Amino acid sequence: MRSYLDFEKPVAELEAKADELRGVAESSGSPALAKEIEQLEAKAAAQLKELYGALTPWQKTMVARHPLRPHFVDYLAALIEDFTPLAGDRAFGEDEAIIGGFGRFRGHSVCVLGQEKGSDTETRLKHNFGMAMPEGYRKAARLMELADRFEIPVLSFVDTAGAYPGIGAEERGQAEAIARSTDACLSLGSPNVALVIGEGGSGGAVAIASCNTVLMMEHAIYTVASPEASASILWRDSARAQDAATNMKITAQDLLKFGIIDGIVPEPSGGAHRAPEQAVEAAGSAIEAALAQWAGFSRDEIRAKRAEKFLAIGRKL
Amino acid sequence: MDTSPMNWISNVVRPKIRSILRRDTPENLWIKCPDSGQLVFHKDVEANQFVIPGSNYHMRMSAVARLKSMFDEGRYEDIALPEVPLDPLKFRDEKRYVDRLKDARTKTGAQDAVKVGVGEVEATPLTVAVQDFDFMGGSLGMAAGEAVIKGMETAVERRTPFVLFAASGGARMQEGMFSLMQMPRTTVAVQRLRMAKLPYIVVLTNPTTGGVTASYAMLGDIHIAEPGALIGFAGPRVIEQTIREKLPEGFQRADFLRQHGMVDMVVHRHDLKATIARLCRVLTRAEPKVVSQEPAHEEPLPEAAQ
Repeated sequence: MRSYLDFEKPVAELEAKADELRGVAESSGSPALAKEIEQLEAKAAAQLKELYGALTPWQKTMVARHPLRPHFVDYLAALIEDFTPLAGDRAFGEDEAIIGGFGRFRGHSVCVLGQEKGSDTETRLKHNFGMAMPEGYRKAARLMELADRFEIPVLSFVDTAGAYPGIGAEERGQAEAIARSTDACLSLGSPNVALVIGEGGSGGAVAIASCNTVLMMEHAIYTVASPEASASILWRDSARAQDAATNMKITAQDLLKFGIIDGIVPEPSGGAHRAPEQAVEAAGSAIEAALAQWAGFSRDEIRAKRAEKFLAIGRKL
Repeated sequence: MDTSPMNWISNVVRPKIRSILRRDTPENLWIKCPDSGQLVFHKDVEANQFVIPGSNYHMRMSAVARLKSMFDEGRYEDIALPEVPLDPLKFRDEKRYVDRLKDARTKTGAQDAVKVGVGEVEATPLTVAVQDFDFMGGSLGMAAGEAVIKGMETAVERRTPFVLFAASGGARMQEGMFSLMQMPRTTVAVQRLRMAKLPYIVVLTNPTTGGVTASYAMLGDIHIAEPGALIGFAGPRVIEQTIREKLPEGFQRADFLRQHGMVDMVVHRHDLKATIARLCRVLTRAEPKVVSQEPAHEEPLPEAAQ
């Protein structure tokens, strides 16, 4: 049932043992066994807490890509009421790597954009593994412009290895589509909040994450290029991904220190995939707090503060 | 005649071709055209704005050579660029980033990949920023990002149009997320240029890819590409690895971009000055260029003369 990452092996062993004893306990009903199970589980929980309190950047990369980690559709289902998805870029097509639409978040009208990776073969193909085509970014820009006209905040959920590199994507102007979507983020008179829920990969992430408030889940990563791509550029060897992840400062904790992101949403012990509802709820509270922070500013102030925030990045280190 | 000149050419000249444009390397007398394979005397190429006579192959230009060739009489004011924190990640791959930077500075004589100049182009005041591919692949790091922003701010202050010559492999990987953040940062500067109602012309030169294309280089009011320039988001190598097939001839080249509606025109380097000056004058509703007092040239065009 559970899926363990390599570094979780000690926890996996403890939990497997506890499961095994539970099976025996059910048939024998021994109270001594119950106690032992309890101890094993406590030990496993402590191990997990310790492990997750000190994840390396590469371990975080694996957690951020964990197949059972909550994806955008899970955040959408739990946090947004009356959600109405809207399709198409009005020029060429519909791209389901980015889901977008309007709905309500804790009582407020919002525009919601999110990259969805899919969770089984069928949905992964449908959403192209979360790697958007130009149409996805043009749809995002279109919806942001709508949100701006109706003075509605925009929430972006980021989870992508990057924009799709392919012939069609290039023919239809992937670069321009990303640039225009970033431009749309930075033009909004209403506040926007981005949350990196898993992988924030390169320009494909920036396109919807150039926001007033940028948050990251505790074990999410945000990179200039995926660790594999970085390794292939820097070492000409994608197998050096681990080195790239380690050296490139891609964790939420490092990026908060650098002033590149604005906040971190705590994850349950053992990562968001251990208790998805709890993770999504924590994200909801953080987003609500971020939106509240921007209430009361004029549209010009919202734009100016966003621009100043980005211009300030790297100027004081 | 036991030392054939061809041997000398292939043994000595060919390995040096990549560094051919460095001024103080007198042994590089000949340049081999990457397109036609013909050998051309380097002075002839330099005199021809680094376009190979005959094949019309557009070689890469250093930032200084580009600024000189753009501005009238090669005169311009060099704009001082902001200092940035050095090596924020304390990065090393096979080499330390600070050493790579030092090497690039020695090699190019420049501080980083972008230079900015203000001057006149056909008597039209312009601010011009140039990305130098020879400086770590023209990569976009904090220094280059700040330089682009400074260039755009200078254009706003001086009330001139802004012309940007893009050439870049993309993000400066060694600066990690600080590099990626140059995308929204430069976009903010483009928006300010737009608010000031000043024309923004991008000249896409060979090659322009990655985060540069996916930000300021694709946000121009007018996009001009140099003939044959490779322009795209993902580099051809990445695309080939992803789709596992060879890319078609001409894919991501200047003409391809024009056919697909991403650039307004493909302009020969010899015609760039005139095209840019004409566009800027029309867009800013300036008077047409003052026609020179001298009588028009009666000589035939250089092509015809050959």
